[in-house]
Amino acid sequence: MNALKKLFGGNTRQFGMIFALVALIVFFQIFTEGRTLTPGNVINLFNGNSYILILAIGMVLVIIAGHIDLSVGSVAAFVGVTVALAIRDWGIPWYMGVLLGLGLGALIGAWQGFWTAYVGIPAFIVTLAGMLLFRGFNQFVGKSNTIPVPQDFQYLGSGYLPEVGPNTGYNNLTLLLGLIAVAFVVYGELRARRNAKALGAEVPEGWVMATKLILICGAILYATYLFATGRPGTSFPVPGLILAVLVLIYGFISSKTVVGRHIYAVGGNRHAAELSGVQSKKVNFLVMMNMSILAGLAGMIFVGRSTASGPFDGVGWELDAIAAVFIGGAAVTGGVGTVIGSIVGGLVMAVLNNGLQLLGVGADLTQIIKGLVLLAAVAFDVYNKTQGKKSIIGMMMKNFGRTPTVLQPDETTKTKEVISKEV
Amino acid sequence: MTTPTTQSEPLILEMRSITKEFPGVKALSNVNLKVKAGEIHAICGENGAGKSTLMKVLSGVYPYGSYSGDIIYQNEVQQFKDIRASEHAGIVIIHQELALIPELSITENIFLGNEPTKRGVIDWAEARRRSLELLARVGLRDDPDTPIKEIGVGKQQLVEIAKALNKSVKLLILDEPTAALNESDSQHLLDLILGLKAKGITSIIISHKLNEIEQIADSITIIRDGKSIETLNVKADGVDEDRIIKGMVGRTLESRFPDHEPKIGEVFFEVKNWTVGHPQIPDRLVCKNSSFYVRRGEIVGFAGLMGAGRTELARSVFGRSYGRFISGHIYVDGKEVHLHNVRQAIDAGLGYVTEDRKTLGLNLLDDIKTTTVSANLKKISKNFVVDANKEFAVAEQYRKSLRTKAPTVQEGVAKLSGGNQQKVVLAKWMFTEPELLILDEPTRGIDVGAKYEIYGIIQRLANQGKGVIVISSELPELLGLSDRIYAIFEGAITGVLNKDEATQESLMKLMTSSRKAA
Repeated sequence: MNALKKLFGGNTRQFGMIFALVALIVFFQIFTEGRTLTPGNVINLFNGNSYILILAIGMVLVIIAGHIDLSVGSVAAFVGVTVALAIRDWGIPWYMGVLLGLGLGALIGAWQGFWTAYVGIPAFIVTLAGMLLFRGFNQFVGKSNTIPVPQDFQYLGSGYLPEVGPNTGYNNLTLLLGLIAVAFVVYGELRARRNAKALGAEVPEGWVMATKLILICGAILYATYLFATGRPGTSFPVPGLILAVLVLIYGFISSKTVVGRHIYAVGGNRHAAELSGVQSKKVNFLVMMNMSILAGLAGMIFVGRSTASGPFDGVGWELDAIAAVFIGGAAVTGGVGTVIGSIVGGLVMAVLNNGLQLLGVGADLTQIIKGLVLLAAVAFDVYNKTQGKKSIIGMMMKNFGRTPTVLQPDETTKTKEVISKEV
Repeated sequence: MTTPTTQSEPLILEMRSITKEFPGVKALSNVNLKVKAGEIHAICGENGAGKSTLMKVLSGVYPYGSYSGDIIYQNEVQQFKDIRASEHAGIVIIHQELALIPELSITENIFLGNEPTKRGVIDWAEARRRSLELLARVGLRDDPDTPIKEIGVGKQQLVEIAKALNKSVKLLILDEPTAALNESDSQHLLDLILGLKAKGITSIIISHKLNEIEQIADSITIIRDGKSIETLNVKADGVDEDRIIKGMVGRTLESRFPDHEPKIGEVFFEVKNWTVGHPQIPDRLVCKNSSFYVRRGEIVGFAGLMGAGRTELARSVFGRSYGRFISGHIYVDGKEVHLHNVRQAIDAGLGYVTEDRKTLGLNLLDDIKTTTVSANLKKISKNFVVDANKEFAVAEQYRKSLRTKAPTVQEGVAKLSGGNQQKVVLAKWMFTEPELLILDEPTRGIDVGAKYEIYGIIQRLANQGKGVIVISSELPELLGLSDRIYAIFEGAITGVLNKDEATQESLMKLMTSSRKAA
């Protein structure tokens, strides 16, 4: 127990949710008699949810900044149909189609960002309008028809890493990717630890880090094994690769860059941020614009996967993405949340969906369960706010985490002490 | 203590040895208050002396049991458990911040929570008839269907009083009723209070405007540092403004100041004819043609009562972060600068530490290191990427030099005590390396030990040749710290005093009237 405390304690907030995810996977693995962790199922799970997870990346930034975006499903659909039409009717190559889609997403985002940031209309309203608007555009432009996309564009949504190199019985590129990921994780952790030590900051004990690394790397390697041993022709899917790249980029932006800091600052306390020189309007604009670009990307991946664009693409996606973000520990009031947390939150929903499906549970019951999970997650979050803690993770880790050191209210030096020091 | 009360005059209210403690602070200690039936009783005291706390005890905001002492009202010991209970007994408090709903009409506001009904349905005809009656009593001739947002603050104040009259008020408490009013509205209100007195309604009035108190009050109770000092009978004791001021400030300095030899250089920051409008109310000015300057190495104090416009002046200068800019010029080192937003102000070498630490100064979700660097991320980042090592080093350096008490710089700021939070905010602004640092109530809500340390930090900044502006409601603090003090009254600078000529009395005089310094 003590070991667990040390392992999961501290400020690693994602661990609680990861814990839940692992528990969920184990549960389904047992009750589906091993059908959950098969290469085919895992690949399916990734392919079928990558676009929601991409939306969750944008959505967490929106929610951290204190807004919400209800229009992502419609934006994705509109971008999808426009690109599909452009490729069919204008005969542009697939990469021009992608560029067009991203550009259109940026344009839509600028529109929504303008109303939200500079006119000051709540994002809820702006994007509710956008939800209607762009759904309408999707059906108007596509004349409510299904528009197929060519083979090379489909690669975006349903392609796999190719087979290269000697025949090892595994997919070589997938293996390579897994090894790179492991090396990256180990190097990053060691470097962070060295820096922290050099600065004299508090670092966990060596065995704690070692156990943590072994667990993470074990998980990565196992996933690699699953992806590399699928049915011939399958391997790590392209949407998964795109997702991984985006997670890296946005994880970096949100935690390490000036822009990222500003997003958290605006969401945490807008007035304080403004009085510190943060230009909150610009931040809000960028966040809204970014969301629509990612929505455009998600729309294109979905079109690629389903081989055609249709009038009802993306219906309900916004809700899945928002749910993923909140389950992943973001706060409704803004200022709290992480990219990786949202991905884990999205995976929890995905595994739940998938597992229940494998068990043969009907769509009705699945929705009921998913609804309850979301409610429970946010209820914990709200409950913890009133308890002075930050999020669901804190709650879930209550028994694992260190008891927070509560400072005495009067921690300042007494006058006498100060004077004696000065003398 | 002078007690002019004779046994023959009946008391409507007696508060006996009221003591109210907040964690770590004794807000009221053995306060006594005797209010005679039918009089106008003023309560005077500096900001933070405990006037509002006393009135909150009386009106049940702090319920029975959360304080010690007795409230005897109409010859009975009262145990109000909330505001409703005290209102039921006929005690109505009108706060400085009016509790009216802007979108609703005058009638709807008067009867809010108290609607006349007929078989469970609101009887608007009756409400309108009665509100016309009430409005006539307070001398307001507007249509009772007018939305509140369309009438001025002066009239809104009258609606509040009409609302109180509707609750058959016997004891009316007015907290700074004229703070937001212009001269003629103020006069009208004072006349109304006198009129209510003639009809037998007792009033307790809290005001910083001593000339008004002198004009209408029958007796005055002075509160200082949470204690009732004396009760004066205005006519019998021949009380004038000077006498009240003496009662309000008559204390010895309790806080100590580090020794400091000012090294004052040339003028480097100057503001001329600064005029700013209220952000919402179109024709109201919060800064009126104010001019001031700061020299290198100088600590400049800004004295003024709450609502005088000190914060408004500071924030409007700091990148127009408050109000509507109307006119004025800012010069840094003799060159005019135009600061349209906070970023420009920071880049021009200004820093502003807000009086409202929790809502304007800190993101309570952040930890110490994130907060410390948040106003100057540029300095610790390369190509827009924040260097976490530098961030940590900077935060650590300030934690040590300011003696912030926290286990590590990874500690969340929400967990720190007020004094340590203030040190973190100071660190954040010191890290922007400002030439002029504006400190708005830098020691509010901080205990004595931390105050002393913060004074030391301020003096060190001045010694480095920076300019420091200190805005404070505590006159002893301003007198102990500043090299020069500007006084502000109703948005205008009413005078400036050098350290050697400033006293609490002379400042209080400038802070409470528009008369120019003698």
